[in-house]
Amino acid sequence: MRGKSSKKALREAGQGFLFMSPALVVLLLFIIGPILFVVFLSFHKVQLLGNVSFDFVAFDNFKRLLDDTRAKIALWNTFKYVIIVVPCQTLLALILAATLNAGLKGQTFFRIVYFLPTLTSSAVLTLIFMWMYNKEGLINKLLDFLGLPTYNFLGDPGIALNAIMAMNIWSTAPFFMVIYLAALQDIPDSLYEAAELDGANALQKFWLITVPQLRPVTSFVVIMGLIGTFQLFDQSYIFSAGSGGPDNSTLTVVLLVYQYAFKTLGTMGYAAALAFLLAIVILTATLIQRKFSKEESLY
Amino acid sequence: MKKKMGIGKLLLYTILVLYALTTIIPFLWALSSSFKSLQEIVSGGINFIPKNFTLGNYKTIFIEEELFPRWMFNSLFIAVSVTLLNLLFNSMAGYALARLNFPGKKALFIGILGVLMIPAQVTMIPNYLILKELGWLNSYQGMIVPAMINATYIFMMRQFFVNFPKELEEAAELDGLGKFGTFFRIVMPLAKPALAAQAIFIFMGSWNDFMRPLIVMTDAEMFTLPLGLNTFKGQFVSYWNYIMAASMVFTLPVLVIYAFFNRYFIKGVSFTGGK
Repeated sequence: MRGKSSKKALREAGQGFLFMSPALVVLLLFIIGPILFVVFLSFHKVQLLGNVSFDFVAFDNFKRLLDDTRAKIALWNTFKYVIIVVPCQTLLALILAATLNAGLKGQTFFRIVYFLPTLTSSAVLTLIFMWMYNKEGLINKLLDFLGLPTYNFLGDPGIALNAIMAMNIWSTAPFFMVIYLAALQDIPDSLYEAAELDGANALQKFWLITVPQLRPVTSFVVIMGLIGTFQLFDQSYIFSAGSGGPDNSTLTVVLLVYQYAFKTLGTMGYAAALAFLLAIVILTATLIQRKFSKEESLY
Repeated sequence: MKKKMGIGKLLLYTILVLYALTTIIPFLWALSSSFKSLQEIVSGGINFIPKNFTLGNYKTIFIEEELFPRWMFNSLFIAVSVTLLNLLFNSMAGYALARLNFPGKKALFIGILGVLMIPAQVTMIPNYLILKELGWLNSYQGMIVPAMINATYIFMMRQFFVNFPKELEEAAELDGLGKFGTFFRIVMPLAKPALAAQAIFIFMGSWNDFMRPLIVMTDAEMFTLPLGLNTFKGQFVSYWNYIMAASMVFTLPVLVIYAFFNRYFIKGVSFTGGK
């Protein structure tokens, strides 16, 4: 009896590994391996000409970071971007979801329309917005028509990053809106009914019931938002044709990593060090956010 | 009381309609520009209906840029392969984590959860070196193999299978089906809703991806559409009528899929939302 059951367990273990094997191979070769490799690379100088060669340089790559003004600019731009975009997109998503959930007619239609930007590729969206942001483009024409000042969105270093922020808040909020919508439907009606009996108005119900009830989801949305915004790349790249201009104003950390790794010679190890630091920043931000919202953990 | 409700409703509708316009205007503007002549584009009017409606831009992009069909094929081939492989492998892994007992299962599960937090940019440089070593740069497998599993969806499939009624599988086992038979004949067909949501998101992720092909594909022949579009923009800097036409060609397939499957999109997002 015993032998039979252990044989069965052995077979099941074999089958388990067989089912897992494609995932395991990719995980090891293209995720776990590269994570270890990036740590290795960040302590080396990498030469790509002919045969790839690695020279150990200890902490040189990290020291170099301290006098790299472009790295500081990239870090500052990314930071600014995260700090502004994450709260804005979260708030917008919440407002849209609450409005959609108010039980009006045509909810499905609006939901389908709102979701459009989420479907569209970053490349296409960026091109559409560059066309609208043009000096003589739709947005400036509209501003002019309303008697407001017009801007050189693409060429003015003081404006370019803001233009990307506006575009991305617009394009990511609907995704989070759908997450909020699903959560809104789970809030028990009895809570609202009780509040109504107590004489609460719509705004009070929103602040005192909806917002607190959604806290676990909000923390999920903020974490996803943080991870996404720290990785800003496509839009900056297309906006500036890969340079991060005008005057480094759209340079982000990931774009800088890309430039050092693939566009300048001999700086791949330095790029790996930057990428490694970025990962640590993202992980730290995620953990801090999780700690703050621990009591109402969703996981 | 009744009148107050009316005002509230009006306000809500105003918000909804204004935001719908904000969402849709960029798309309409792009679509309208793609049917305008260069002259009309340059003259800078803000009319949404083209004065001289033309299909010329669509013709021109296919003639001027001979690689355009090739880029479409590349994008489609890669996205379809990545989607099919993901459906199979993520489900297999999710099923094993939910149902089968094997040593190291728990550690693996935690490992996969950990991988969810690692941003792709961290692995981008080593992956480039690994693909270079394998000779897979500028190849389809270089784009497909590293992307053929996805930790998020392995996790999602595991959650799905954990809640899956066990009785069906037990019945299948009594009927003499092995684990593989049970999985492919009983479990997978019943997992369709979860698979559909997953398929759409993986397809779109691959179809819209910009950074990975930018690194892996350097021959213009091997470009995917987003890369092609970016080069195209470089060549036709102020020909916004062409650029918008190319953008619309690229967006259309996704919109068609969305029109048919939009309920799965919503379901999929809620799934990712940890539901």
